[in-house]
This record gives sequence, C-alpha cells and structure tokens, in this order.
Amino acid sequence: MSVIRDRTAPPSPKRRAVPGTSGPPPRRRRSGEPRGLWPYALIAPAVGGMLYLLVYPLLRAVLISLQDFRLRQLITGDAEFVGLRNYRTLLTDERFWEVVRRTFLFMAVNVVLIMVIATLVALMTERLGKVARTVVLSSLVLAWAMPVIAATTVFQWLFHSEFGIVNHLLTGAGFSSFDRYPWFAHGTAAFAILVLLVVWQSVPFAAITIYSALTTVPTELYESARLDGASSARIFRSVTLPVLRPIFLLVFSLEVIWTFKAFVQIWVMTRGGPGDATTILPVYAVQTALAGQRYDLGSAASMVTVVLMSGVLVLYFRQMLRQEDEIR
Amino acid sequence: MSRARSARLRQLPLNAAATLTVLVCLFPVYWMISTAFKPSKDIQSTDPQLFPHTWTLDHFRTAVQADGFGMFWRNSLLVTASSILLALVVALASAYAVARLRWKGRRQFMLMVFIAQMAPWESLIIPIYIISRDTDMLDRLPTLTLVYFMVTLPFSVIVLRGFIGTIPPELEEAAQVDGCTRTGAFRKVALPLLAPGLMATSLFGFITAWNEFAYANFLIIKHQDSRTLPVWLSSFQNTFGTDWGATMAASTLFALPALVVFLLLQRHVTSGFAAGAVKG
Repeated sequence: MSVIRDRTAPPSPKRRAVPGTSGPPPRRRRSGEPRGLWPYALIAPAVGGMLYLLVYPLLRAVLISLQDFRLRQLITGDAEFVGLRNYRTLLTDERFWEVVRRTFLFMAVNVVLIMVIATLVALMTERLGKVARTVVLSSLVLAWAMPVIAATTVFQWLFHSEFGIVNHLLTGAGFSSFDRYPWFAHGTAAFAILVLLVVWQSVPFAAITIYSALTTVPTELYESARLDGASSARIFRSVTLPVLRPIFLLVFSLEVIWTFKAFVQIWVMTRGGPGDATTILPVYAVQTALAGQRYDLGSAASMVTVVLMSGVLVLYFRQMLRQEDEIR
Repeated sequence: MSRARSARLRQLPLNAAATLTVLVCLFPVYWMISTAFKPSKDIQSTDPQLFPHTWTLDHFRTAVQADGFGMFWRNSLLVTASSILLALVVALASAYAVARLRWKGRRQFMLMVFIAQMAPWESLIIPIYIISRDTDMLDRLPTLTLVYFMVTLPFSVIVLRGFIGTIPPELEEAAQVDGCTRTGAFRKVALPLLAPGLMATSLFGFITAWNEFAYANFLIIKHQDSRTLPVWLSSFQNTFGTDWGATMAASTLFALPALVVFLLLQRHVTSGFAAGAVKG
C-alpha cells in the first residue's frame, strides 16, 4: 500500500541542476554513471528466477493441460497432445461446475465479511484512546502473526466434537443440540468453520491497513465537514470513503486473490470433505492431479483458476500502475 | 457530572466493541497456550476450565522428544534463512537498478515484478512438482529454498526500491568525492539507511518460509528427514492421535518464533507490510 507511504513520505529531494546545462529538465545521468549493460546485469538474477520459477512452470502447466498426462506419462515422459480434450472433459463435468460455484460462494462470503469487519474495526480503532488503541492493534498483530498451520490446528481443537470449548459453551448457553456436535462431519458446518478461520486470519491485515489509511485523512477535512453540519454517516460517505477508495480497492483485490490461499487450511482441516462440501478450485486441482494421478485434468483446472483470478488481477494492476505513474 | 456520564455512556459501545475485538483475536492463541500447559485429564474433560488449575510441562516434553523434532527445526531454519538471504541479495541488486539507474525496459521490469507478486502459487503446485521430479529435485531442501525465494522476491524488490528512492543520491556522491568507490559508497552510506526496508523484507521472507505448507507437503514426499515444521505439525495429530495437549504444545513451539518476532517488530510490521500490501 505504497499509497500511504508515498503520501506521508517527504518529497523526494530536488535534483541538483548541473550548472551549464540549460533547457530540458536535468537528467539523472551523470558522467560517472555506468551505462549499457550494468543495470541489466543487476536485474539478471531476478529475471532469471522469474523465468525459471514462474514463467516456465506456468507454460509447463499449459502444456500438460493440452496433453494426455497420467502416471505412465509421468514416468516415461512421452505425453501426447490431445488438444482441448481435457478442457472439454472438465467443462462438461457437473462436479467441476459445482466446485466453481462453491469457489465463488466461498470467495464472496469471505471477502464481504473481511471487508465489513475490517472497516468497522479500523473505524473503531481510530476512535479509541491511546492505550486501548495500542492494545487492539497489538492483539490484531498477534492474531495476524499466528502461523496458518498453527491456527488451523487450534481451530480443529476449538471445534472438537467431544472436548472442544465451542461445543461446551454452546451447550452451556442452552443449545443442547450442540452437545458433541461433530462440526467436521457436516458439510455446511465445516464450510462455516473454514470461513470463520479465514476471516479470523485475514481481518487483522485488512483492518490495520485500512486503519493506517484512515490516519492519513487530514483532520481539517473532518472539521470543515462538521462545521458545514454534515452527519457522521454523510462524513463517512463524502470524506472518508473517497480518501480510502484506492486502499479499499487494493485490499479488496488482495483478499479475493488470497481466498485461493485457503487451500492450505482446507487441505489440512478437511481435505475438501466431507464429500465435496469444502472443495474449492485449487483443492480440486491438486486432488485430481496428485491423488487421482490425472495431472492433465488437474493442470487444466489450475489454468481455469488462473483465468478466473486474472479478472480480479486486472483491477489490482490498474491501481498499481496508476500509483506507479504518480511516483514518476 | 451528567455530561461526563453521558460521554462515558457514548463510549460504552465503543469500548465493548474494542473488548470483543481483543477477545476474539486473542482467544484462539490463549487457548492454544493454555491447553498446552494443562494436564491431560483436564483437557479430556467434559467441563473445560478457562484457566488451568495445575500446570504441567509434560506435553512440551512429549513434543520435544518426538521423532525428528530437532531435525525439522533445523530444516525449517535452514530453508528460511537461505531463502531470505538469497531474496535480499537479488532484490537489492534489482531495486538499486530500478531506483537509481535509467535503462530501457525499466517499467516493463516493474510490471513483471507486480505480476510476479500476485503469482498464483496454489495453481503452480502441479507443474513445479513435475519439473522437480524431472530434474531430480524432489525431496530436497534447496527446491523449497528456491520456491520461497521466488515467493519473497517481488515484495522485496518493491519495498527496497521504495526505500532506495528516498535516499538522496547526493549522499553517495559526496562519499564518492571523498574517495569511496561506487560500491563502497553504496555500502557505507545507503545500506545503513536501508535497514528498515531490509527488516521488512526479511520479516516477510521469514513469515513466508516459516509457515509455508503446500509446497513443503507436496515436494518432500519420500525423504521424511527433509520435512519442515509445518508439515510435521499437520501430521502431528496422526502420530499422536488424540493427544491434544501435545499437539497444542507443538503448535505453541512452532508459533512462538512468529509471535515473538511480530510483537517485537510491531511498528515495522504495520508500516512495512502495509507499504508492500502483502500478507504473510
């Protein structure tokens, strides 16, 4: 969120105009500056890494998705091209569409909950006193720091059917149907727990980011709005929201993309089960490829995922590039 | 008097919300730690206590004495440290080129970095598995190091570029006038000013490599001695069955470095991470 930093950072130092040069704005290049290949040598390792570890695997995935690639081809390495057959198989499979629908549902529920809760927490934090604010921020940071696997394990324990504290509290509160309720045996319940886990892990980042954006809103804006007699809802809509818009957009697109990272929580907690109840696209792809030995279908599913994601990515890049131009 | 009370009354929902936020954030962490210290009979009780009455270190003993515990720690530390180091060096070079030098393709390079930052790593597991298999890199820690390096790299480039951009080139020029070489000037003048940026990027690298599960799980299959802590923890329940005390003790030990690092560096976390818009 370099927006924040760029806004608050001191303006970059004025470049010294070299005496004697007139006319066009002073260029950065000085006589001592090495030209030619030097910059390219500096970026070579990064470019090499990106080519070998990102571009090549991506191309390889496209290739595999166009081949007949199963366990035998993995060992012998003589895969045949079959055109778009894998995509046809996938797109005519009712189960696949079910997974796509579930992915979007999972994404929508998560992102809406994360954005709403994070905004509320950020607005609340801004209004707190100094001590309370530090306490809230520290606990947010602590929840954020909790490693994914550790958090997942803890949630399994919290929702344990027999000795879990959640069942105990719910039963104690009078919901006797939760006595030994097996959360992970019911599709909807398992889905809800995963949403809860992802929201719990994602809200701290979103809240802290939105909060730090809120602190950059000049107080004079609020004061003059209040003098003009605007209600607090109106102030939020007309003053806060426009300033926060870029941040909202960035957090929103990041959260959408990070939904797919829930792969880890799902894999560890339910493996996509019970039945298919928590299978979203990345889980489906890995299941198909590594458990079912259908590397071709798995890769095709991964490519469909990438295409779906790039829709959101366009939003993200437009924002990033706009910022990039502001820096220049 | 009544005015103060009404002000306090108005503060009430706010404070209630703040308390709720703190409770929701902290309870899972607290429950993990407190379960780890409870005796087994208190854990497997139908009437769980919020505060442990008796404390025990038995579960930590079970976890530490588990097979390969030391080795998995060593593996995790090794992979984490080497990927951070690699990412720092490579990112520093690129960031310097982008922030200080003018060359053709700079904008394209940054676009590539932004794209790489959003790389769909969850969708690349299959091809990377197959490539590692073809090149005989399965079951080896350097493979993980390379993957984590690549996950960390784009963020590091973006953040370091920002930091280098705020350091006036005049400082280095002055050092060069005083007889430093170009590299020497960068090392002695700019590098110390970069410390917060290096901190933020190392922190991000640490979180990435320390927590990563998917690749560690699918690229290390046969050679169990090369596993890392997250995979060990996820299989912990299979090994220890229903021993939730030991499982929570293992989780606590695993989470501790991350929690400590985050709390100590909280200020850098909130500003540095927000700067790059990246989550661990």
